[in-house]
Amino acid sequence: MIIRILGEGQFEVADHTVEVLNTIDSKLQAAVDADDEPGFHHALDELLALVREAGARVADDYLGPSELVLPAAESTLEEVRALLGDEGLIPG
Amino acid sequence: MAGLVKRMSLIFKAKANKALDRAEDPRETLDYSYTKQLELLQKVRRGVADVATSRKRLELQAQQLQQQSDKLDGQARVALSQGREDLAREALTRKSALTQQIADLQTQHVSLQAEEEKLTLASQRLQAKVDAFRTKKETIKATYTAAQAQTQIGEAFSGISEEMGDVGLAIQRAEDKTQSMQARAGAIDELLASGALDDPTGTAKDDIQSELDRMASTSQVESDLAKLKGEIAGAPATQAIEGASTTTQTAPSPATPAEANQQPEASS
Repeated sequence: MIIRILGEGQFEVADHTVEVLNTIDSKLQAAVDADDEPGFHHALDELLALVREAGARVADDYLGPSELVLPAAESTLEEVRALLGDEGLIPG
Repeated sequence: MAGLVKRMSLIFKAKANKALDRAEDPRETLDYSYTKQLELLQKVRRGVADVATSRKRLELQAQQLQQQSDKLDGQARVALSQGREDLAREALTRKSALTQQIADLQTQHVSLQAEEEKLTLASQRLQAKVDAFRTKKETIKATYTAAQAQTQIGEAFSGISEEMGDVGLAIQRAEDKTQSMQARAGAIDELLASGALDDPTGTAKDDIQSELDRMASTSQVESDLAKLKGEIAGAPATQAIEGASTTTQTAPSPATPAEANQQPEASS
C-alpha cells in the first residue's frame, strides 16, 4: 500500500504494517477528540516513524495516488484539525 | 470509528475527484492540470528563494549582534582592568541580553534551514512528477478513446493532484514561517538602527565606551603629567652639568682654530 507523509513524499508499506498503523491512527483520532496536544504529537511521531522505517520510498516520478495521507511531521493539532474541517485548505 | 488518517486521505481523494469531474473533455483536464503544475513549480521555486533570503537576513543579523556582543565583552575586560567593576557589570548585563537574542536567531535559523531543505526536496519531487505527467498526457492524447481515457487519466490525475496539494501546503507553511520571521527580523533591524544595541560599525559611541574613553584619556593625561613632572624635576641638575661642559668645551675652541678644524676630520 502506498502512503504519503505530507511534506516528505510517498512510501510503499506492507499490509501487516498497515494493521499496526491503524491502531496508532485510532490513538491519533482520540487525541484530537480529547484536545490532547502531547498525546497527539506522541501518536503522530510514532506513526511517521513506523512508515519511514517499514516503508520503502516510492520513485519521485511515480504518478499514482496514495491510499493514505499522513499529516506532516511537527504539525500542530490545530493545523490537522483545520485540514480535516475544511477541504478548501488543501491547495492545488 | 474511522481514524484521523483515513478521514484526511478521503479529503485529498475527494479534492482530486472533484477537479476531474468538472471537466467535460478529459483531454482538457490534462492540459489544464499541466498548466497548473507548471505554475505550482514556479511558486515552489520562488518559495525556496524566499526562505533562502530570510535565512541570509537572519545570518547577517546574528553576525551583527555577535560583533556587538564581542565589543561589550572587550569593554568589560578593559573596565575591569581599570578597576571599574560597575562598568564591567553594565557591559556584561547588556551582553547577556544580546546572547539571548543570538540564541533565538540561531534557533530560527535552524528551523528556516530545515524548511528550505524540505521545500527544495518538494520542488524536486514535483518536477519529477510533472515530467512524468507530461509524458503520460501526450501518450493518452495520442491514443485517445473516450472510454479508456477516463480511467487512465483518473490514476495520473489523482496522483499529481495529491502531490500538488502536498506541495501547496508545504509552500503555505514556509510562507507562514518566513512571514513571522520577517516581522521579528524587522524588529531587530529597528533595534539595531535605533542605536539601542549600539552601532555595530563602532562609529557611534555608546555610554560605556565614552566612559572608558574618558577614563583612558584621564589616565593618559595623568601619565603625561607625571612624565612632564619628572622631566622638569630632573632638568635643573642636567642642564647645569651640560651647561658647564659646553662652556669649557666651546671656550677654548675659538682660541685654537687649528684644533677645531681638525676635529671633524678626526671624528669622520
